[in-house]
Amino acid sequence: MLSVLINERSGKTPMPANKFNGHTDLGIGIGLRTTHYQQILDEKPAVDWLEIISENFMVDGGRPLEILDAVLEHYPVIQHGVSLYIGSCDPLNKEYLKKLKALTHRTKAPFISDHLCWGSVDGESSHDLLPIPYTFEAVIHTAERIRAVQDYLEIPFCIENVSSYAEFNASEMTEWQFLSEVSERADCGILLDVNNIYVSAFNHDFNSYDYLHNIPLQRVAQIHLAGHSKFEKYILDTHDAPVKDEVWQIYAELIEHIGKTNTLLEWDASIPPFETVHKEALKANLILEAKAKRLSKSA
Amino acid sequence: MSDEPVKSLYQLQSLMAAAVMRPLDDESMQKTWLDGSHTSEYASKFIKPNQRLNSFERLEIYNKQYWYRLLESLQDDFPGLNSLLGHKRFEKLSVAYLARYPSRSYTLNYLGNKLASFIEQEPNLTAPDSELAFDMASFECAEIKALDAQAKPTLKAASLCQNVPAEIVLQTQPYLSLLELRYAVDSFLLKLNKAHHKTTESNAITNRTVRFSKSSSVRKHRTFVAVHRLNNTVYIKRLDKDQYCLLKSLMENKTLAEACNLLISKKRNIQNQEKLALKIKKCFTTWMELGWFCQSDP
Repeated sequence: MLSVLINERSGKTPMPANKFNGHTDLGIGIGLRTTHYQQILDEKPAVDWLEIISENFMVDGGRPLEILDAVLEHYPVIQHGVSLYIGSCDPLNKEYLKKLKALTHRTKAPFISDHLCWGSVDGESSHDLLPIPYTFEAVIHTAERIRAVQDYLEIPFCIENVSSYAEFNASEMTEWQFLSEVSERADCGILLDVNNIYVSAFNHDFNSYDYLHNIPLQRVAQIHLAGHSKFEKYILDTHDAPVKDEVWQIYAELIEHIGKTNTLLEWDASIPPFETVHKEALKANLILEAKAKRLSKSA
Repeated sequence: MSDEPVKSLYQLQSLMAAAVMRPLDDESMQKTWLDGSHTSEYASKFIKPNQRLNSFERLEIYNKQYWYRLLESLQDDFPGLNSLLGHKRFEKLSVAYLARYPSRSYTLNYLGNKLASFIEQEPNLTAPDSELAFDMASFECAEIKALDAQAKPTLKAASLCQNVPAEIVLQTQPYLSLLELRYAVDSFLLKLNKAHHKTTESNAITNRTVRFSKSSSVRKHRTFVAVHRLNNTVYIKRLDKDQYCLLKSLMENKTLAEACNLLISKKRNIQNQEKLALKIKKCFTTWMELGWFCQSDP
């Protein structure tokens, strides 16, 4: 049954603003990071939107919430999580979900995202985004949990493909089949990280475009871009550099298929000044505008 | 380990976590598994190799990332302890601590909240500086708590008038910690901070990573401090012994009358008692201004 589903893709036309992103057309955003707090609050630079790491603000008080409230006065804020561990076998953490939901009320986030990964076992946390074995058991398990989370949070939930460095002998399908299966079964959105596609494609010897052309693109609610570090035998997803040309090419191909979509640049280590990060993010505009021009010509 | 192929999701996650969370051996994954077999055999049971990396090497990437991330987090949270012990000793302590108390939280914010008691349990890891290390860890933990613990609505003086002191139980803010230290670690951290041109602003405190010589400044001196937050900035306030005892009694849910009487009864001379009563009054004015007392939970 599942293998039949794998081969059936919806023929719906992808929409940039869709039910998976709360029908938002946010533009190009950057991740809100501590090094830029003061400048953002003082100068209020023109940036379309900001993405926060949910867990950094799931606190009981203090400066993080003060900053968040000040930022919310001037910018749309989207929440992105790193610790839900939707693929873990541990029970869903109710306390975590309660805090996450409270934060969505504070931010009024139209949708929320976390990673298609696992990270804890028997209550012990790795604080890492560990790859899920691509098995049918994992598809069913993960999709059920996404549905439960989505029902509880009462806003659309999107899963992000992770960069990975290891594959399991037990896997029964490709990563893109797994992502497709889970998202279809859970009826959730996809936060497509094109840098992660590139990193995993190199690490596991597959073609990035095979990945891109075989997932339900109509579910893409948001796109992530980032830089990575290439070593002799593998690539690490370090988020500490500008986006590589090869990744921009995948992004362009994606935009060609789905049109303008909420896009965000992540820069989490060796963070340069705000202007540098924003300028890098705005390179996406060249691709988005080119696509818009082609669309208007054809119209 | 059996030769049966590993299939269940839980089984796979348990196998991977056991390898990922196992301490490194000189910055590499340990070559020998727990049962004496080769770790490479263990890894190949569930991790697929590729043309460039074998199963061991692929798993090792995650093993290294786990330790780098967690050790860096502790280093960021405990810059004073790191400076005091030196990086090697601090790392050895951290690895032993994490092996005993792996993270069971979704956040790294409180990763080190049992570090002080671990230092007490395992004094050999910090000898001959165990007492000093304990004080430093307790102090830095209090700073972390002050950073983002809950702030409840502050108590208004008017609301106290409705009760007699014998019935008043004052609740302190969750972000407030009282510490009785054997060493003046607060001064040490202040110097450390100044040395790196940082302010006492909360997030700056947790961002120091530079070495500072222990011998240059840690004084053995009984010190009482309150670590608290005001306008979302972390502050340290020195207390004298009377102030500390009074606040401690209140934190232990003694009534206002009990806490004050306990202190005053220690002074035999009436003049001294009157002086102390005046001092207590002054202290309460300051503490109320700082918002240290909060309304009780309904």
